[in-house]
Amino acid sequence: MTVALAAVDVQKKIEAKFPGTTSIEKNAILVKAESLLDVMSFLKKSPDLAFDYMTTITAVDYFDYFEVIYLLVSMEKNHGLTIKTRVFDREQPSLPSVISLWHSADYQEREIYDLMGISFKGHPNLKRIVLWPEFKGYPQRRDYLQ
Amino acid sequence: MEVTRPPFIYSDKELDEHEGQVVENLKAASQTPFPDPDKWLVEEAEKQGVFLTTVDAVINWGRSNSIYPAICFPACCAFEFIAAMGPRFDLSRFGMEILRASPRQADLMITAGTLTWKMAPNIRRIYDQMAEPKWVIAMGACAVSGGIFRSSYNVVPGYNRIIPVDVYLPGCPPRPEALIYAIRMLQAKIRKRANIGKD
Repeated sequence: MTVALAAVDVQKKIEAKFPGTTSIEKNAILVKAESLLDVMSFLKKSPDLAFDYMTTITAVDYFDYFEVIYLLVSMEKNHGLTIKTRVFDREQPSLPSVISLWHSADYQEREIYDLMGISFKGHPNLKRIVLWPEFKGYPQRRDYLQ
Repeated sequence: MEVTRPPFIYSDKELDEHEGQVVENLKAASQTPFPDPDKWLVEEAEKQGVFLTTVDAVINWGRSNSIYPAICFPACCAFEFIAAMGPRFDLSRFGMEILRASPRQADLMITAGTLTWKMAPNIRRIYDQMAEPKWVIAMGACAVSGGIFRSSYNVVPGYNRIIPVDVYLPGCPPRPEALIYAIRMLQAKIRKRANIGKD
């Protein structure tokens, strides 16, 4: 079975390279949105972590902010980790796309863009995936009304 | 040898926009439900003559006992339909043992499941491809009124927004016995239909 890594241990490794970018929330690492791509790149390329596969991206609307959650898995080392990040802009929320690191981000980022309205900078084909292009609004937001 | 790929006629952006326009147009045109096609039950029964009634009776006997359903199963009620087709409930007792893969060979549409607005143009197209005479059974709560998804942003509140419905079958999902009862009711309806002298 895939071992869930202790977030505290991994955070120490990240903080050694990128100080002041992360914090701990339960057993997940909360990364600041502006340094997300650097941290993700480090997690993938660092030889003792080697997160070569990203299973899931999902997003939650907490009214004050959107939380985007990344579930990473290493096929090589057989361990997993949860990364979270927060977007506080409600009008035009945006995050860096991780599609340059993991191709499995393609459809999942499009789905989040479609239903939650978070645009991912650097995504080559960011358009609605489930709904049609003329659809108004983002239906998975808490304040969405028909 | 280098193979040159022919250019695509449409870009995927154009296709997306075309698809979205079709959905928007259908949504704008489907704000009110179709009236249920049951007025002829009374009117036609009064108009029938003795000779016509006899011919009609033969035609209707044939039609009502050989109903062929089209494949239109967008969601979970389909499994009750599959159970009804299976050996235990055995729908072929009522003369409909074959599920037609092509809507052009079918005359009954059993709409088993939730319908989204994005799927709605395809359902309308399947209905339009079916040859006359054709009938529709709205199977399950979602097909009758949208069911628990009625207030969703993307669910059609009842198939009668898209196509005229003959028999409504409530239940979430309806048991195979209920589906058989709905088909028996449709057969009773078909037997009252006047065919001769009708446009």
